[in-house]
Amino acid sequence: MAVPFLAAILLAMRLNRGPIRTVADAARPGFVLRDETARAGIAFTHRRPTFDPRIAGIEPHVAALGASVSVTDFDGDDWPDLYFTNSRFGAPNALYRNRGDGTFEEVGGTVGLADLNRAGEGVSMGAVWGDFDNDGREDVAVYRYGFLSLFRNVDGRRFEDVTAGAGLRRWVNSNGAIWLDYDRDGLLDLYVTAYFRDVDLWHLTTTRIMHDSFEFATNGGTNLLFHNLGDGKFEDVTDRMGVGSTRWTMAAASADFNDDGWPDIYLANDYGPEELYLNDGGRRFILTTAGLESESKSGMSVTLGDAFNRGRLDAFVTNISERGYLFQNNNLRLNQMPEAGRFRNVAEGEIADAGWAWGAQFGDFNNDGANELFVVNGFISANRDKNYWYSMSKIAGANARFFEDAATWPPFGDASLSGYERSRVYLNRGLAGWIDVAATVGVTDLYDGRAVALADLSNRGALDVIVANQNQPAVLYRSYPDSANHWIALKLVGTRSNRSAIGAEVVLESGDLTQRRIVDGGSGFASQNDRRVHFGLGSREWVDRVIIRWPSGTRQVVMRPPIDGFVTVTEPER
Amino acid sequence: MTDATHAPAAGSNALTRSWGWIRTLDARYLIAFLITLVLVAAQLRYHMFGSYDRLLLALAVCMATEAILSGFDRGRVVNLLSAYISGISLTLLVKPQGGALWPFVLGGILAISSKYVLRYRDNHLWNPTNFAVTALLLAAPERVSVLSHQFGNDLTTNLVIWGFGLVIAARVGVLHITLTYVASFLLLNGLRALALGQAVMPEIAPITGPMYQLFVFFMITDPRTVVRERRHQIVVAVVIAMMETLIRFASDMAWPLPTAFNVAPAFLALALVGPIAKWLDLRAGFPNNPRHA
Repeated sequence: MAVPFLAAILLAMRLNRGPIRTVADAARPGFVLRDETARAGIAFTHRRPTFDPRIAGIEPHVAALGASVSVTDFDGDDWPDLYFTNSRFGAPNALYRNRGDGTFEEVGGTVGLADLNRAGEGVSMGAVWGDFDNDGREDVAVYRYGFLSLFRNVDGRRFEDVTAGAGLRRWVNSNGAIWLDYDRDGLLDLYVTAYFRDVDLWHLTTTRIMHDSFEFATNGGTNLLFHNLGDGKFEDVTDRMGVGSTRWTMAAASADFNDDGWPDIYLANDYGPEELYLNDGGRRFILTTAGLESESKSGMSVTLGDAFNRGRLDAFVTNISERGYLFQNNNLRLNQMPEAGRFRNVAEGEIADAGWAWGAQFGDFNNDGANELFVVNGFISANRDKNYWYSMSKIAGANARFFEDAATWPPFGDASLSGYERSRVYLNRGLAGWIDVAATVGVTDLYDGRAVALADLSNRGALDVIVANQNQPAVLYRSYPDSANHWIALKLVGTRSNRSAIGAEVVLESGDLTQRRIVDGGSGFASQNDRRVHFGLGSREWVDRVIIRWPSGTRQVVMRPPIDGFVTVTEPER
Repeated sequence: MTDATHAPAAGSNALTRSWGWIRTLDARYLIAFLITLVLVAAQLRYHMFGSYDRLLLALAVCMATEAILSGFDRGRVVNLLSAYISGISLTLLVKPQGGALWPFVLGGILAISSKYVLRYRDNHLWNPTNFAVTALLLAAPERVSVLSHQFGNDLTTNLVIWGFGLVIAARVGVLHITLTYVASFLLLNGLRALALGQAVMPEIAPITGPMYQLFVFFMITDPRTVVRERRHQIVVAVVIAMMETLIRFASDMAWPLPTAFNVAPAFLALALVGPIAKWLDLRAGFPNNPRHA
């Protein structure tokens, strides 16, 4: 009688230490990541905002966002540049121009993209780049807790604020935006996510500004879709297109998930389930559950990648886990939309728990032909001896009336909340699962990571990692993959499609390898990757073909492109 | 006019008939009905437990363990309704890391086997689910947590569960335990907040959460593990609330307790107080029972 009883207790204690199986290949991930921030000349430190004193009790919580990073090539020299946002009045955003020799120079002030955090205007939460006027130069939309801004790239050396003329001067408390061409007219449209409803966080008239549920909140700000009219103006088509979610959206990503030729929108929502808006021929979007409703959670970011080389774009959505308190588990949603109309969550084991996880990106760091995942995490690192989780647990399960009012929350003081967490780097072992190799490859920082972006900063066939940390310094990890592996990267130039080729989906075929990637119009959390798409090939010495589906609908096949270098592909005019 | 006059009487009669029918039902079936209602509502409205594998697993393990152990212990398989209730409770309460299923297996084994192992004078001392959840939280805090939210923080759901819960608690004869505990919780934690200079609202907020709904209707009132006399039951409910307040005080003061105490103070309080009270009750109630001499 006592045998199963005692055995169950002992087994639970053993399983508490981790899986019983040992992992043999964690010691040889095939790449290392080195912190070369200082060597590259990047010295950006994010500053968090301050708000109305009426919500001072939970200001650390409300002000815990805003560190973002986006990759661009603003001067068109084929060397990826980096843009970081700041979130305190007077603190400048920074644009780091890539000199091409492994170092960067900060030019934000020179080009007119630094001084964007001003009283009355709001503070930056992130930026997303795209050539909205198809003039061959990348423009940038900056989203804030405050007014949206759109800056036109004049000549690669100067930016002009065209917000008002574009009809985009709207107050949105936003944590994210993406470019997409939802109607395939060759012009980039802008989808802006909203978090808090459109209150002025510096001059509050009420402290009842928080969510009305920890799992099903719908009282956030309204997401907005702006249609690019092509004459420098945008039109708000949110209601007409049916994409005005009020679910406290943290992040959005777009791809053609159901293979019908039209870009859909995937949302990661805080305090609620993820949402998928399917594009109905550019006429409207239809909200569908697609299996995303189970176990509603706290979506912090969404990134897209071909997790198991099925030629599909799957979604990885980060969530919150805190040992002992809460396991909301990250979701790795396999795309089964074309055949089954749904996603299937297959996140198990290590990949499901990355702490309080924020930005994440798929990338083939070791060039072996399979995607790894880089996940940053940590919410508030303050006093190590004080933990707010106990206070949080008092109200998190309670009736909404207890937490909708910011004034009734237990005050934060100098407590930490899931602070000092270490980033995760998950090695893809196919059906054997994903395993964290962060320490092995050299990622050991304990910063409060928010945004992570990937780019081949030195044009050498290696995906480097740039992390924006909240109220802390940004970090650049240079990647050093196994030199025996081959690679190819494609730079796409749209003609009938938007010039940035944002939304173009690329399927590479090389022997037994099939992999899909998309030109990034914004993904992860407050981040945007290099628009050039990078494929690792492992030991494969050629590529059979590359199939490109342009946003215009054009299908293009490139046979036997050269490997171990960059290939520029221009969209056929007809 | 006539209709209006007779309508309340007809309604009253229907209510009386319903109550009479409820009174004829075995209490265990009522409890099973309530926990099933909670489960169905949680899944349909909130998709709370995601996939059904954990539900099937918890139910299968609990019922199989009960069947096997009762066969060994008593030579026959007992009614499996209690195991069914434990299986559903575990499904609702246990939140494992990474969607792991083993906590439902081990939790089921622990819940049911505790009834056969941790006994005194032919009675088990712990509420099975309370024991299993507490044991998992203490033994595997890195991998297991409990439901802290996931019920939508919704007043309507609260009211439905409280409504059914109160009716069934009254029928089972344990309503005084539920009400005593709730009153004690509000009073003691209000006082704790005032003593520590904290706002009162966050300190009494937990009682509105789903974990507490399961606690006050299924754990603290478990007919098999409560003490026998009504007066003693009230005293024990107060002591449990006092223990919980003490645990919360320790958490407020950042005393180095295992995480389980911070996460589920009510469960820990019941796990500590309940068995002692039951043991004292059994010890006092069977002084001359020759079977236990």
